[in-house]
Amino acid sequence: MSAAFEPAHVVRFAGDSGDGIQLSGKRFAERLAAEGNELATAPDFPAEIRAPAGSLAGVSAFQVQFAGRDVLTAGDHADVLVAMNPAALVTNLASLRRGGLLILNGAAFTARNLKHAGLADDPRADGSLDGLRVVDVDLDELTLAALADSGLRRREALRCRNYTALGLVCWLYGQPLDAVSCGTERTGAALRAANALALRAGRDLAETLELPHLDARERPAEPGPGRLVTGNEALALGLMAAAERAGLDLYYSGYPITPASDLLQFLAAREAFGVRTLQAEDEIGAACAALGASFAGALAVTGTSGPGMDLKSETLGLAVSLELPLVVVDVQRAGPSTGIPTRAEQSDLDLALHGRHGEAPLPVIAARGPAHCFEAAYAAARLAVEHMTPVILLSDAAIANGSQRWQPPALEALAPIAPGYAQAGDTFAPYERDQRGVRAWATPGTPGLEHRIGGLEKRDGDGEICYDPANHQRMTDLRAAKVAGAVSEGLAPDDFGAEQGCLLVVSWGGTFGAVRSAVAQLAAHGHTLAHTHLHQLHPLPPGLATRARHFKRVLVAELNQGQLLRALRAALLIDAAGLNKVSGQPFTVDEVRSRLAGELEALRDCA
Amino acid sequence: MTAPEAARDVAAFQSRDEVRWCPGCGDFSILKQFQRVLAELPAPRENHVVVSGIGCSSRLPYYVETYGVHGIHGRAPALATGVKSARPELTVWVVTGDGDGLSIGLNHLLHTLRRNVDLKILLFNNHVYGLTKGQHSPTSPVGQASRTLGAGVEDRPLDVAALALAGGAGFFARAWDRDTEGLRNVLRRAAAHRGTALVEVFQNCPVFNDGAFDEAGFTALAAGEPVALDGGVLGFDALLTPQVVAPGSPRAYVHDETAQSLHLALAGLHAPEWPVPLGVLRAVERPVFGAAREVKRRRSVAELLG
Repeated sequence: MSAAFEPAHVVRFAGDSGDGIQLSGKRFAERLAAEGNELATAPDFPAEIRAPAGSLAGVSAFQVQFAGRDVLTAGDHADVLVAMNPAALVTNLASLRRGGLLILNGAAFTARNLKHAGLADDPRADGSLDGLRVVDVDLDELTLAALADSGLRRREALRCRNYTALGLVCWLYGQPLDAVSCGTERTGAALRAANALALRAGRDLAETLELPHLDARERPAEPGPGRLVTGNEALALGLMAAAERAGLDLYYSGYPITPASDLLQFLAAREAFGVRTLQAEDEIGAACAALGASFAGALAVTGTSGPGMDLKSETLGLAVSLELPLVVVDVQRAGPSTGIPTRAEQSDLDLALHGRHGEAPLPVIAARGPAHCFEAAYAAARLAVEHMTPVILLSDAAIANGSQRWQPPALEALAPIAPGYAQAGDTFAPYERDQRGVRAWATPGTPGLEHRIGGLEKRDGDGEICYDPANHQRMTDLRAAKVAGAVSEGLAPDDFGAEQGCLLVVSWGGTFGAVRSAVAQLAAHGHTLAHTHLHQLHPLPPGLATRARHFKRVLVAELNQGQLLRALRAALLIDAAGLNKVSGQPFTVDEVRSRLAGELEALRDCA
Repeated sequence: MTAPEAARDVAAFQSRDEVRWCPGCGDFSILKQFQRVLAELPAPRENHVVVSGIGCSSRLPYYVETYGVHGIHGRAPALATGVKSARPELTVWVVTGDGDGLSIGLNHLLHTLRRNVDLKILLFNNHVYGLTKGQHSPTSPVGQASRTLGAGVEDRPLDVAALALAGGAGFFARAWDRDTEGLRNVLRRAAAHRGTALVEVFQNCPVFNDGAFDEAGFTALAAGEPVALDGGVLGFDALLTPQVVAPGSPRAYVHDETAQSLHLALAGLHAPEWPVPLGVLRAVERPVFGAAREVKRRRSVAELLG
């Protein structure tokens, strides 16, 4: 991380689900990425398609943190909050830092909307906003005036007010308007033109009001490298890249489920790249179709969230027993049961590690951010194919829908993937293994390799159904040994900080940014602490036990009630403690740092 | 042996595995006819894949020397859909039973029919759960004893033909383990059909439901021919109620595999009131799942990474 101090900026847009908050947030983030900023975004929207207008339940928000140097989180607090209505203000005010800039759409502060937001009084007049710099503007009137000659009807014109607000924000951050996209081909010329007019109106108003320039950096002349990518998009691209490098057809089957549906949709639109997809009749059908495609020789993947993972348990067990490659993506969301579909959590780790009856081990990998999803997906596919095993890849709702600037690697630079195809010989023994304990892949259509495999216990070597006790023990041990060796070098832990000292923080998945930021800040103040972020949860990395022994205290930070904590306590025989949160919200850097500071304080004599 | 030679030799389709069905099981006959028909088909042996679920029926793949998967209970059509849609050039068979295919697996079966995936589904119907030792199945007739129903079966059994037809089957046929020639004909027709071909094979379970089909009585369907019944031939009145009519009567039904509007009426012939018609009930062409477009890589993902 760069030592030079350079401020990061955090902007948060909030409004009704129908206000185009996600869209304008995305356009802003795209522009920032194109300019070369590092950034991280956090969309926060409800599961419902459209709750009643102005209601608290219908508020949708989008936050982005950006800077010229490393940005690890979307920001604990916003410098600027745009609140399009009272409900958005109520639910998002706490995210604005003291002294921050609050932009309100005054037109929305009607008696009716105040009531919907559960407010007895108008917050603009009752002192609730003291300490903030408030910009109260009638964005409705401004938008209508700007689009008076556009030919749009009143309701359509008002829908452009998200761009009016965006224009204001562009002024604040010195972003040239012509660099902001007003829409795609599908948006249509008329609407794109209207958006552009609204954008200008917002910016012009900001100039008239003499709003400050919050980003004093010189704007670069050339666009920066890389582009914006969401976790789901990066994950899908990683799978496609793996299939191509392996010389396999990608087969993705899934069932619509928040927040994984995008994976199926993205890949379904990519037939031209040789991708086959199936929207199955249910989660089990999806997993089974993928497994069947794997038997047929495809790079097969099925993706879902928590509820779907529950349903796929039996199919995963079959995949373990058959020893076929299969990637299973779990984009975790707040649970249990239906839970909170659009919020992130890390509470499926236990399910991933243990969620099959019998002894059914498999490798488990976790992505740590939107851009990392590409390499995590690629590594998962490579492990699956090269070790003839199902692999679970964990992501989460915040990673899936969040975005970062990403510089895609060249396809040729990626590690090769070599399927271990069987050679036709005298008789094919489907469960004969190489020195890594991996069996060969014999795909239908290959003469001389005809064979049958199934979920019943089979004999080591020839694969015939076998109930012999010694064989069952042997096969159980062989399957475990194979998985124990399924380690991806590209997924080694990310270690930071001291080699030894008072405190080691261990984390996994999407908490990387918040934990690394907190640890780095404390380290910069002279504390001897360290951070290890895991990318592969099973098997655990070999050096972890040694590393843990060099610290007086180990703290495991995760958005669950201690799932990795329990696994590490058992595996490493250490008295580790947990830093846990299950609110559906990410860790803030603040709260992690507070807890770590407290731990370091208590460990004072450790120095 | 070269592939075409092997394809003509029934022995080439017999695996080394010792067959573990009970003596007298109808599955032996079905296996034999299946192997004979496989040997006749033009597809090379390595292009056949047999996918099964769980049950006595589902042990069949182990006894056939082709690629095969013994899957999980009820999910064979889903597994098979994956095999076929990943590799459309393969010939994919599904072997299931009345429990596996019509209880836990009914959902997948219906969606397979709806999509018209080019699979040949062989459903061995013995009206009982054999492998788990004698519970009733969705097709067990009212009054059949069951180890999980003290008073015997009270629920109406599933009408397999009607369900298949209403579910969108383009090909539905029935066979009987003792009518070996009829079974072979049906298997050949199923193999030749493009789209989902559902074949219901009445199969005797000598241990848990012996003689279930002895009293039933069967009659035969042949395209262009009337359907023989005791005392005459099959006819339908104006409300499509089946009745026995004199041969040559204007109300006599002449079987037409494509006359879809009459097939549900034909499916209404149930034991014990009627002999059950064996043979191909329906064979119509419908758009086949995945056949409209060939998925082929024309662009590289490198374009999206650039």
